[in-house]
Amino acid sequence: MAGLATTFGSGAMTNSINEIENAEVILVSGSNTTEAHPQVARRMLDAVDRGARLIVIDPRRTRLAECAHLHLALRPGTDIPLLNAMMRVLLDEGLADDLFIEMRTENFLALRDMLNRLDLEATAALTGVPLALISQAAQLYGRARKAVICYCLGVTQHVCGTENVQTIANLAMLAGHIEKEDTGVDPLRGQNNVQGACDMGALPNMLPSYQAVANQDYRDKFERAWGVSLPEAPGKTLVEMTHGGAQGSIRGMYIMGENPMLSDPTLKKVEETLRGLDFLVVSDIFLTETARLAQVVFPAACFAEKSGSFTNSERRVQMVRQAVTPPGECRADSEIIMELSGRLGYGMEYNSSAEVMEEIAMLSPIYGGMHHDRLDQSWGLQWPCWDRSHPGTPFLHKYYFTRGRGHFMPAGHTAPGELPDPEYPLLLMTGRIYHHYHTGTMTRKSERLTRECDHAVLQINPADAKAHGLRQGESVRLSSRRGEITLAAEITDQVATGMVYTTFHFHEAPINLLTNDAFDTGSGCPEYKVCAVRVKKMVNS
Amino acid sequence: MHDVLTTCVYCGCGCGLYLHVEDAKVCGSQPSRHHPVSRDNLCVKGWHIHESVNHPDRLTTPLIRKGDALVPATWEEALDFTAQQLGSIRDQHGGKAIGVLASAKCTNEENYLLQKFARTALNTNNVDHCARL
Ligand code: SF4
Repeated sequence: MAGLATTFGSGAMTNSINEIENAEVILVSGSNTTEAHPQVARRMLDAVDRGARLIVIDPRRTRLAECAHLHLALRPGTDIPLLNAMMRVLLDEGLADDLFIEMRTENFLALRDMLNRLDLEATAALTGVPLALISQAAQLYGRARKAVICYCLGVTQHVCGTENVQTIANLAMLAGHIEKEDTGVDPLRGQNNVQGACDMGALPNMLPSYQAVANQDYRDKFERAWGVSLPEAPGKTLVEMTHGGAQGSIRGMYIMGENPMLSDPTLKKVEETLRGLDFLVVSDIFLTETARLAQVVFPAACFAEKSGSFTNSERRVQMVRQAVTPPGECRADSEIIMELSGRLGYGMEYNSSAEVMEEIAMLSPIYGGMHHDRLDQSWGLQWPCWDRSHPGTPFLHKYYFTRGRGHFMPAGHTAPGELPDPEYPLLLMTGRIYHHYHTGTMTRKSERLTRECDHAVLQINPADAKAHGLRQGESVRLSSRRGEITLAAEITDQVATGMVYTTFHFHEAPINLLTNDAFDTGSGCPEYKVCAVRVKKMVNS
Repeated sequence: MHDVLTTCVYCGCGCGLYLHVEDAKVCGSQPSRHHPVSRDNLCVKGWHIHESVNHPDRLTTPLIRKGDALVPATWEEALDFTAQQLGSIRDQHGGKAIGVLASAKCTNEENYLLQKFARTALNTNNVDHCARL
């Protein structure tokens, strides 16, 4: 979440999930919340029941969009112009929060100049949303006393994902909608412990608690605590590691509980890279597509068989408690890591996950007061939690931003990496659905979840379906410049003409064979959301 | 039968739920009434969380590749072989030739240990996870 970190100094949800139900205006962008974050959607709908206004920015008519007061069905990839137009309306209508801008932010003039040069009509035309609707949305948001913006992968998975997020932050700061309870900017995290994995320094450029690898002082601190000298240069990102090709510079990999063979864009490249390694070891609970390529596979314990903590989207660190013993010879990943580390000449000994947390608390300021005994006796604590007596922080940036002043980062329009053309005339978008989770490694093992939804579908507009002679449920071949897959057509007006939509949960139809690996330069986030495709009806033989 | 309070693993909401345990097996789940996120409610994924725990396809022994097949091995063999392979890559090409992927599905403590392992024992900052996915 590089975008928010540069503007606010911290990349996490600024609010708690429960604050969302007290907001007066909720702006949702690029998040299929009812399916990906059911509890957050529940708060949004509760808020609507109490009279809040809901604005949804999404190319598709999602379930949430159907409940919205305003649905801005923008063309995919035009988020920045849309938000810029909204900001221009705020300026023109005198809805900018001058006091907030003066006291708490910097670089406002750059944003103002950019907005004043904007041709509103042309910008609106670019997004495909009527200017009147944009203006209405901006005024609703600008006039509210308490307003939150929630966004998800739909925003970050673009070539310009970082700028998208910065533009959202610009909008919130311009309206002064930050730093208060029930008001803020809330990136919804996809997987259950993405927030925790980032917090723990599972990042190539950050040590735990966002202490930059490049900073000598931070390295010194960790070198003293760990008793070794640390590599200075930031490492490679996931995409750089898994796309090096057969003879890339990465020769060995250790993959814990991830399945890049299904979740990565451009699968062929990943397969080639993983097959070309001298050594691959995978630790997982099932024999995933990635594990099948490994030289060694470790059977891992699952969440019910070990203790530790997870950090949810709202920065709440909470306990995971062991309920049963692992089946067969499965072992917890922590045990496996300690065994390997000892064999490689760096002994690590911890008697429990609580002991590991003590070390985390000592070295990571935002986790300074996180101790298992405290977490165990509460519903968890929200970081930053500086010391043992600190109660945790439900909402961020009160009085000052993590980085000091909020920094406006104006951004213009960047066209998506690949747009439809006569040869590949349709725009493909990808996402997730309610009954499954990420690559389906876990959820597809559930009988009931599989009964609800057991195959991949391609959503297509009735007009496009008619043009291709497609009927409901028929097989279609979907192809892009990189590959092709077959799936079933679902004819629906949730998607507009010229667009198709599918999910990435099914290994029989690995959508990432098709997607584009142009990636966002700021965060290294692959562009899953948009690529050009064509469809062809399959002839029954 | 007894219940164990824990945290759901299927999305970033982080609902609090009780796992029902019977005969040393997880056989069901139920939302926590007072947990600030779940508030007596789970989505369909939370209600069926036990099904993946008991699935017959779970891996139960370490596997080592012999030719085209992955065959069962002991922990000693698997760990020794892995350490020897990673060690020789590290010693020949340096830590920068090794990549480590942590997991958004694992605990904080495990992620902490894995990045520490990468940076100390393997001497590399090539550590990342699927945050962006
Ligand atoms: S029960 Fe559903 S909403 Fe709650 S954490 Fe699990 S997957 Fe998310």
